[in-house]
Amino acid sequence: MQARGIVKRFGSLTANDYIDLSLFPGEIHALLGENGAGKSTFVKMLYGSLRPDEGMLSWKGAEVSIKNPAMARQLGIGMVFQHFSLFEALTVEENILLALPPLQAKNLRQRIKTVSADYGLPLDPTATIADLSVGERQRVEIVRCLLQEPDLIIMDEPTSVLTPQEADELFLVLEKLASEHKSILYISHRLDEVKRLCQRATILRHGKLISECDPRQENAKTLAAMMVGSEVADVRRVPQDLHGVKKCLVVRALNLEPELNTGTALVDVSFDVARGEILCIAGIAGNGQAELFGALSGETPVSDVGSIVFEGWPCGADGISERRRRGAAFVPEERNGHGALAGLKLSKNILLSWNNPNDGTTKKGVIDRMALARLEGAITEAFDVRMAHPDVEAGALSGGNLQKFVMGREVKRKPKLLVVSQPTWGVDAGAASLIRQKLVDLSRSGTTIIVISQDLDEIFEIADQVAVISEGHMSDVYPIDEVTREQVGLLMGGMDLNGPPEVTAAEMAQSLMRDRETEDAV
Amino acid sequence: MPFKLQRREEHSAWMTLFSPLIAVALMLATGAALFASLGIDPVRGLTVYFLEPLQSAWSLQELVVKATPLILIGIGLSICYRANIWNIGAEGQFVAGALAGSYIPIMMVGWEGPLVFPAMIAAGMAGGALFALIPAALKVRFGANEILTSLLLVYVAQFFLDWLVRGPWRDPEGFNFPESRLFDSDAITPLIFEGGRMHIGFPVAVIIALLAAFYLTRTIHGFQIQVIGESPRAARFAGFSQNKMIFFAFAVSGALAGLAGIMEVAGPIGQLRPTISPGYGFTAIIVAFLGRLNPIGIVIAGFVLALSYLGGEAAQVTLGISDKIARVFQGLLLFYVLACDTFIVYTFRRVGAVREAS
Repeated sequence: MQARGIVKRFGSLTANDYIDLSLFPGEIHALLGENGAGKSTFVKMLYGSLRPDEGMLSWKGAEVSIKNPAMARQLGIGMVFQHFSLFEALTVEENILLALPPLQAKNLRQRIKTVSADYGLPLDPTATIADLSVGERQRVEIVRCLLQEPDLIIMDEPTSVLTPQEADELFLVLEKLASEHKSILYISHRLDEVKRLCQRATILRHGKLISECDPRQENAKTLAAMMVGSEVADVRRVPQDLHGVKKCLVVRALNLEPELNTGTALVDVSFDVARGEILCIAGIAGNGQAELFGALSGETPVSDVGSIVFEGWPCGADGISERRRRGAAFVPEERNGHGALAGLKLSKNILLSWNNPNDGTTKKGVIDRMALARLEGAITEAFDVRMAHPDVEAGALSGGNLQKFVMGREVKRKPKLLVVSQPTWGVDAGAASLIRQKLVDLSRSGTTIIVISQDLDEIFEIADQVAVISEGHMSDVYPIDEVTREQVGLLMGGMDLNGPPEVTAAEMAQSLMRDRETEDAV
Repeated sequence: MPFKLQRREEHSAWMTLFSPLIAVALMLATGAALFASLGIDPVRGLTVYFLEPLQSAWSLQELVVKATPLILIGIGLSICYRANIWNIGAEGQFVAGALAGSYIPIMMVGWEGPLVFPAMIAAGMAGGALFALIPAALKVRFGANEILTSLLLVYVAQFFLDWLVRGPWRDPEGFNFPESRLFDSDAITPLIFEGGRMHIGFPVAVIIALLAAFYLTRTIHGFQIQVIGESPRAARFAGFSQNKMIFFAFAVSGALAGLAGIMEVAGPIGQLRPTISPGYGFTAIIVAFLGRLNPIGIVIAGFVLALSYLGGEAAQVTLGISDKIARVFQGLLLFYVLACDTFIVYTFRRVGAVREAS
C-alpha cells in the first residue's frame, strides 16, 4: 500500500496535511502520534470509512479509490478496531458469520478452528461473547479479520485493553503474520512496544508527517520528543516513608451491586490509604473501576455506613456533596458530560463541584460571578489551560486542556482526599506530564490521593503504593518498589501473586479450551 | 452540491438571537403561499391576519389579555424544558387551577371582602401545582413517561370541568345552560383601568418573568436546572438531585398554569364554562420555544402567539376562512423555530469535492 500527499480537512482543521506512507509486504509499520495527531483519520481513509480531500492511494501498484470498508475488505485490507464491534449475546461463530459475505460462510466453525490454531489464538466458536475476557474478545476480532485473508492488517491501539502478558501473546501473532508476507500497520503511542515490534515507524504531529524512522535505532525519549515536538519533562518524585502515618481513608468490606447489568459488582473491597500517600489502583477497564469511583465519591452511596471511613468519619451512606464538605474532591474518568459540561463556560463549570454554600461561590443562593471569574483565572493559570479567549465554553477546549482545567478545579479546593479516575486518559503527553507532576506535588503537601488508572507507565511514575482491581475484587496493597510490572500485569489478569507463577494467561486459556473440547467429545 | 451539518465549537450568539426572527419570516412566507393557494391575495391575507389586529385600541387590549396566560404558562414550561422534563399537560393544569380557585366563588357564596380574590389565587396555584405533581410522582416512583401522563391528564381535567358545569356546579338560575354562576365582584380579577379588558394578570406576568430570568441565570438552584437538563451524570457529580428537580419543576409550572387559569376564569370569562381555554396550555409550548426558553423572550413570544389567535378571528370574519388557520400558523412557527435552532449549535459546511482517483 502506498499513500501519497493525503490531505483531509474537517472545517478549519486540517487533520491530515500531505501524509506519505508506504507499506511493504512482511513489515510491521508503526504509526505513532499523540491523541489528535491524525492517526485515526489517516487509517480510516485506508479502510474506506473516510475519503481523502487530496492525494492518492495505490494498492499493489495500482491506483485505487476505496469507497467503503466493504470494498477495503474485498481488496484485502482488514482492520481491528480499538473498540470492539461484537454482539454480546451472540456466540463467537455467530459474530464472525455476521461480518462475512454469505459465500464465505461454509465450514465456518472448522475454519475458525484452523485459523485460531494456526496463529495461536485459542478460541471456542460456541462461546458467548458476554462470557469472554477483553483479551479473548480481541482474539475474536482478529480471527474475524484473518478469515478474510487480508494482505494488510490495520491495528488501532490493540494493547490498550490488554494485560502485559496478553500483549506479549498478541506480538507473537503479529510476528507470525509478518513472516507470511502480510503488512501490518500498527497504531500506538506506547513506545516500548513499537521499539520491540516494528521495523519502521511513521510519526505524525498535528496532522503533519514529522519523520519516518527505524524505531529500533531510537530510544523512548527521542521518539517521544518527535511525537510531542519538545522534550517531555520527567515526573520528579521523592519516595516517602509512610510507616506509622495516620490513615486518611479506611475501606472495609465494601460491597456494591452495579446499577446497569453490564456493570461489575464490588465484592468485599478493603484497603487503607495513609495521609499524603498516592495509592494507584490498576486494572483493565470494566473491572469495577466505575463502581469503585461511584462508591468512593458518593455518587452511589452504599448501605453500609461503616464500609468507608474518611478521617474517622463513617460516610458510606453519605452523598457526594457531604463528602466534599468534609474535604474530599473527585475527578471522574469522563470529562464531557460528567466532570464538565461542554456547553457551559468554564466559570460555570466550576460550580459543578463548588456549589456548597461555604465554597464562597454563592451568596444566599445567588451566584457570585466575580468570585467565579477569579477562580477561573487562578485555575487556568496554575494549570496552564490554553484557550482562545478567557472563559470559553468547555467544549472549545482540547481534551488535554479540559482535563487540566478539571484537575485544577479540584486541586484548587485544597482537598484532604482526592480521588481521580484515569487522570491522563486521552490526554497529550505534555498535559499528562503536567498533571502527574501536580498530583505528586499535591500529595507531598499532605493530600491523600487515590488514582484509578489502567496506564502502568503512569502508575510506576507517581504511585507510592499500588493495588489492582479485577472483576470487582481488590488485591492486597503493595509498595510500588516491591512489585514489578509483570506482577501487576498478572494481578490485572486476575491471577494471584502467591499462586504458581509459571502459569500465564495463554496457558490458562488453552487449558480451558482443552477442557471444553473434552466436554464436546464426551 | 453535498452539504453536511457540522458542530460549532461554541454556541452561536448570533443565531440564538436571530433564529426566532428567521422562523417568523419563514412562517410568513409559507403563510403567503398558503393564502395564494386559497385564492386570496397574499398581501391582503397577511395584512388582515397580522396587521389589522394591531390597529385598534380594542384589539390591542385583547392582545394583552390573550398574551397573559401564554406568558405565565410559557415561563413555567421553560423551567421544565430546561431541566429536560417534558410537561405537555399545562392545559390540564390550567383547568385544574381554574377549578380549584373557582371553588370559592361558586361554593362559598356568602364570603365577601378583599381576601376572597387572594384566596382564589392561592387555591388556583395550589390546584395547578398539585395536579402537575401527579405526573411528577408517577415519573419518580414508576419511571412513567411524563409526556404521556401529563398529556393524558389534560383530558381528565377537561372532562371533570365539563361534568362540574353540567352537574353540581351548574348555575341554578342559569336556564339549564352548562355554566356556573357569575362570580361576585370581589371574586373578579381586578382590571388595570375601568371599562377596559386588561387585568392585573399582565403586570403580574411581567414581574414573574423578571424573577424567573434572575432565578434561572443568577441563582445556584437555577443553575441546577441547566445541569440536570444537559447531563444527569454531571448533575449527580455536582450532587444535584434529579428527583427533587422533577417535583420542583412540575410544581412551579403547574402553579403558574393554575395562576393563569384562575385569572382567566375570574377575569375575561367571569364564570366557569365547559371550555375555558382556546388551547393556551398547548400554544404556550410554542411560546416557550419561540422565546428561547428565556423568560424575557417568552414575554415577546407570548405576544406573537396571541396575535396568531386574533389574526385567526380576523381571518374568519374578514376573509371567510376557518379560524383554525391560527393552528396552522402556530404549527408552522414551532416547526420553523425548532429547525432554525439547529443552527445555534450546528453550521452548514459544503463537503469538499473529492478528487476521484480512478
